[in-house]
Amino acid sequence: MQAMKAVMRRELLSYFATPVAYVFIVIFLMLSATFTFYLGGFYERGQADLQPFFLFHPWLYLFLIPAISMRLWAEERKSGTLELLLTLPISLKDAIIGKFLAAWLFAGLALALTFPIWITVNYLGDPDNGVILAAYLGSFLMAGAYLAIGSSLSALTRNQVIAFILSVVACFIMMVTGLDMVLDFFRGWLPQGLVDAVASLSFLTHFQSISRGVVELRDVLYFLLVIGLGLYANQLIIEAKKAD
Amino acid sequence: MIVTEHLRKCYGDFVAVDDLNLQIEPGEVVGLLGPNGAGKSTTMKMLSGFLTPTSGTASIFGKDVVHDSLAARRMLGYLPEGAPAWGEMTPEQFLHFIADIRGLQGSQRKKALDEVVEQLHLDRVWHQPIDTLSKGFKRRVGLAQAILHKPKALLLDEPTDGLDPNQKHEVRELIQQIAADRIILISTHILEEVEALCTRAVIIARGKILADDTPEGLEQRSRYHLAVTLRLESPERYREKLAALPMVAEVEVHANGLTAFPSGKETPFPHIKALVDEENWPVQSLQLERGRLDEVFRTITMGERN
Repeated sequence: MQAMKAVMRRELLSYFATPVAYVFIVIFLMLSATFTFYLGGFYERGQADLQPFFLFHPWLYLFLIPAISMRLWAEERKSGTLELLLTLPISLKDAIIGKFLAAWLFAGLALALTFPIWITVNYLGDPDNGVILAAYLGSFLMAGAYLAIGSSLSALTRNQVIAFILSVVACFIMMVTGLDMVLDFFRGWLPQGLVDAVASLSFLTHFQSISRGVVELRDVLYFLLVIGLGLYANQLIIEAKKAD
Repeated sequence: MIVTEHLRKCYGDFVAVDDLNLQIEPGEVVGLLGPNGAGKSTTMKMLSGFLTPTSGTASIFGKDVVHDSLAARRMLGYLPEGAPAWGEMTPEQFLHFIADIRGLQGSQRKKALDEVVEQLHLDRVWHQPIDTLSKGFKRRVGLAQAILHKPKALLLDEPTDGLDPNQKHEVRELIQQIAADRIILISTHILEEVEALCTRAVIIARGKILADDTPEGLEQRSRYHLAVTLRLESPERYREKLAALPMVAEVEVHANGLTAFPSGKETPFPHIKALVDEENWPVQSLQLERGRLDEVFRTITMGERN
């Protein structure tokens, strides 16, 4: 536990020791605002909610979260610090969780810094803050799921660009299985039960139900399960590829 | 005590370390010698718990490196090859992180940090990102990391590789300072290091131990052991007379001198000295050879190949 906290602290410190963290946060805030106001029609809708803000989070995360996760293990491998880290008295599991938590907290910080939009909508109207809170929670959980997948793929290579591309592709697949466009393709020849199963694998399906204000246990469990499986895969990959 | 039994590591079909049996006691400074690719680093990586052996066992003071890995790692200090560190951190942040992971707290932690700063002269670069440090300082930061918790066993993978002669000297002095009552295992392909530091040398090539002896013991295996080297002008003229002496088996002529090799277990030095004095040879120096490690190293590691 002590060691896991130390790894997490070190990782967070590294984010802010370079401009990476600041650049990321600024881009995240700019893009999320742009999407909300221009693509989402925040004003034009005339409704006091944050639907247009949260609607684009899965797409925003698709490119921005792999940008955080790509360096998690690829960089350690490249610089040789993987060997240092894994010969310190810390279990591999703790190291993985510590690094993941740091990345998740960082993503959470970026998300929290979007609070002006919440103030704005409260100033302009009378939104249901419970729904907004649920959506924030859903967005945070989804960021964790993206990160866990990205983290495990980052362990595959010493090249951050490859890690980035792999993560984008994997996350894209995890997302589009919930789009009607993709589901229509299955509807033609799969029974409804299986189509639902495909849809229920998607980030989108679960995120959308949480962001409507319905925090159901199965949606939360889904994201936690993806995180758990992602980090378990991460461990298997590192164990199998230590020597490379 | 570090013990390995039938330690073996394969990468696919390639056998990197093969049936390695070692036993190292506290107080010993052991040089793990071998050409590049001999299996030195792989051995270090297995002892440090980074790589899992394909078969065989290794333990650090009774703690198995696979089954009781964390306990084994707690007793170890390890400097991986090239002294990797997180470049964006300062030595201060880096060593505090290591102290966190090693569970050093309170006054013990402060004392440990103060000591390594002093021993390795890190105060000047204490607040500078490691990326911006010179190679020598980076290595010192790596060493500081390895000795911070005063480990009973220290593994150093090529600690002086790539350093300039002054830095090499410094690192060696440091290793000597901390050697008392500890196990130090140094992998290297630099032979002078073994002479300067080690109480025991283990030569490996292609994953196998080929020799395990004191540096002196190894020197005695050299054909230069007890030979006599004379430095003088136009050495060719003196060759015949030298070769005719008793106890001299063979004379080799080089650019500015001669070397006379002994025929038995005794040195021909007294005879040569007498001859030089008697005939008043213009000798610049007359030297009794201890043996040459580089020659022994070559004979052992190459001989196996042929």
